[in-house]
Amino acid sequence: MLQLICQNLTLGYEGKSVVSGLSFTVNAGDYLCIVGDNGSGKSTLMKAILKLKTPMSGEIMTGDGLMQGGIGYLPQQTVVQKDFPASVREVVRSGCLNRCGLRPFYNKVEKQIADDNMEKLGIASLAKRCYRELSGGQQQRVLLARALCATRKILLLDEPVAGLDPKAASEMYSSIEELNNSGITVIMISHDIAASIKYASHILHIGGQSPLFFGTTAEYLESDAGRIYAGLEGEQA
Amino acid sequence: MMEITDKLTLYWEYPFVRYALVVGILIALCSSLLGAILVLKCFSFIGDGLSHVAFGTMAIAAALNLTNNFLLVLPVTVICAILLLRTGQNAKIKGDAAIAMISVGALAVGYLIINVSTKSANISGDVCATLFGSTSILTLTKAEVWLCDVLSVLVTAVFLLFYHKIFAVTFDEDFTTATGARTKVYNLILAVIIAVIIVLAMNLVGSLLISALVVFPTLSAMRVFKSFKSVIICSVIVSVTCTVLGILISIVAGTPVGSTIVAADIVGFAIFSLIGLLLRRC
Repeated sequence: MLQLICQNLTLGYEGKSVVSGLSFTVNAGDYLCIVGDNGSGKSTLMKAILKLKTPMSGEIMTGDGLMQGGIGYLPQQTVVQKDFPASVREVVRSGCLNRCGLRPFYNKVEKQIADDNMEKLGIASLAKRCYRELSGGQQQRVLLARALCATRKILLLDEPVAGLDPKAASEMYSSIEELNNSGITVIMISHDIAASIKYASHILHIGGQSPLFFGTTAEYLESDAGRIYAGLEGEQA
Repeated sequence: MMEITDKLTLYWEYPFVRYALVVGILIALCSSLLGAILVLKCFSFIGDGLSHVAFGTMAIAAALNLTNNFLLVLPVTVICAILLLRTGQNAKIKGDAAIAMISVGALAVGYLIINVSTKSANISGDVCATLFGSTSILTLTKAEVWLCDVLSVLVTAVFLLFYHKIFAVTFDEDFTTATGARTKVYNLILAVIIAVIIVLAMNLVGSLLISALVVFPTLSAMRVFKSFKSVIICSVIVSVTCTVLGILISIVAGTPVGSTIVAADIVGFAIFSLIGLLLRRC
C-alpha cells in the first residue's frame, strides 16, 4: 500500500535549487535509505516530507491513512539537548504530544505507550536517568522511542548512527531492522553506504554530480551510481 | 535575636513592607518557572535585554508625562519579547546577538531621551534608581500589588496548562513541529508570559538584577536535579526562599533590597554547587 508519493520535487534554499526532478514512492513496510554526498539535499528532502519546509515545486502526497503529524521523526541532536535536564521518561513521553490535542496532561494510555516503547528498545531501566548523562547510543534509543510514540506506521531517521561507535551503531541498526520487520516503514538518511545496502529494501540516491537513482537495493548495485559508490566503499574497506 | 524580631514586627506594621514581601514572592515564583527554559534556549540574558527595553520605554513615558507608565511599558516589552522569541531555534540572528542589539539600542535611546527631556536635577540618581530598583519595591501602591497578583496567577496557570507543550518545544522544536504540534503558537505564548514576568520583575529588583533572578535559581537546581520537573520545582523553592531571606535581611541590615536578594541567590548557588559536587563524589 502506498504511504508516500513524491512527484517531480524541486527542493532548495532561498530560491536556489539543490535537487530537482525527484520522484519516488514508498510502500508500507519498505526500508528506504536516502544516500548522497554532503549538501546533496538529503536533509532538505526529509524536512519537506515532514512539512517543515515547502518544496519549490512538485508534490508530496500521503496515503494509507497517514496524517500530517503521524510520522515518527528521529532528528539529529541539537546543541540545546546536550545540557538539557530531562529524564528519559520525560523525553519519551513528549513523543505523545500529538495525541493530547488541547488536553494539558498525558493520560494513562499515553503513559502506557511511552512505557511500552521504552521496553521495546531496552531502555526501560533508564527511565529515571538524566538524558544528558547517557551514552550516545542510549540517547539515540531514547529519541527512537520518542519517535515511536508519535507514530504507528512510519519512521523518518536522520543519520541515526552519526557519532556512534561501531558496536552501538550495529545495535542501532538491528533495532531499526526489528522495527521494520514488525511492519513499520523506515525512511533513513545515511552516509553509511555499506549498511544501507545491507539493510535497505530500496535506495534513493540524490546529488548534483551523480545521476539520481531510485529503485530496489539489488537494482542499485547494478546501476552506474551504485557501482561507483558501492565500489568506493569496497576499496576503502 | 530579640532585637531582630522586634525590628521585623515593627516593620511588619507598615503596609509597604507587606506589599514588598508579597510581590517579591510572586515574582520570584514566576521568574524561576521560566528560568529553565530561558537558560536552555540560550536566552539567559533576555531579562537584561528586555529590561533595557522597558527602561527605554519608561524614559519615553516620562518624557511624555504619562502618569501610569506601566500601560506603555508592558505592551512594548511584550512586543520586543515576541520579536526575539517567536523565531525559536531557526532564527537568522541567534539569541545572544539579537538580545545584545535590542538591549544596547534601547539603553542608549532611553538614556538619550532622559537626558534631553528630564527636568529633574539628579539625572544619574534617576537612572540609577530605574536600573537598580533600589527603592521601587518599597514604593508599591495597592493597585500595583493587585496587578502583580493577577498577572502572576495568570502566568502560573498558563505555564501549568502548557507545561508539556513548553517542554517539548524547548527540548526539540523540529520534532514537535513534525508531529503536528502548533509550535509557533506555543513559542508565542511563551514569549508573552516571559515578557509579562520581566516587566513585573523590574518592579522588584530593577533592570540590571533581573537576569540574576532568572538564572541563579535554575542553575542552582540544575547542579543537583536531573529531570525537568524536579529542576523547575527546586528552582521555584530556591528562588522564593532566597527572595524572602533577601528582603528580611535588607530590612534588618538596611541594605538595598535588590542586591541583597541577588546576594542570597549567589549563596544559594554556591550551596547547591557544593551539594552537586558531593553527590557526584559519592
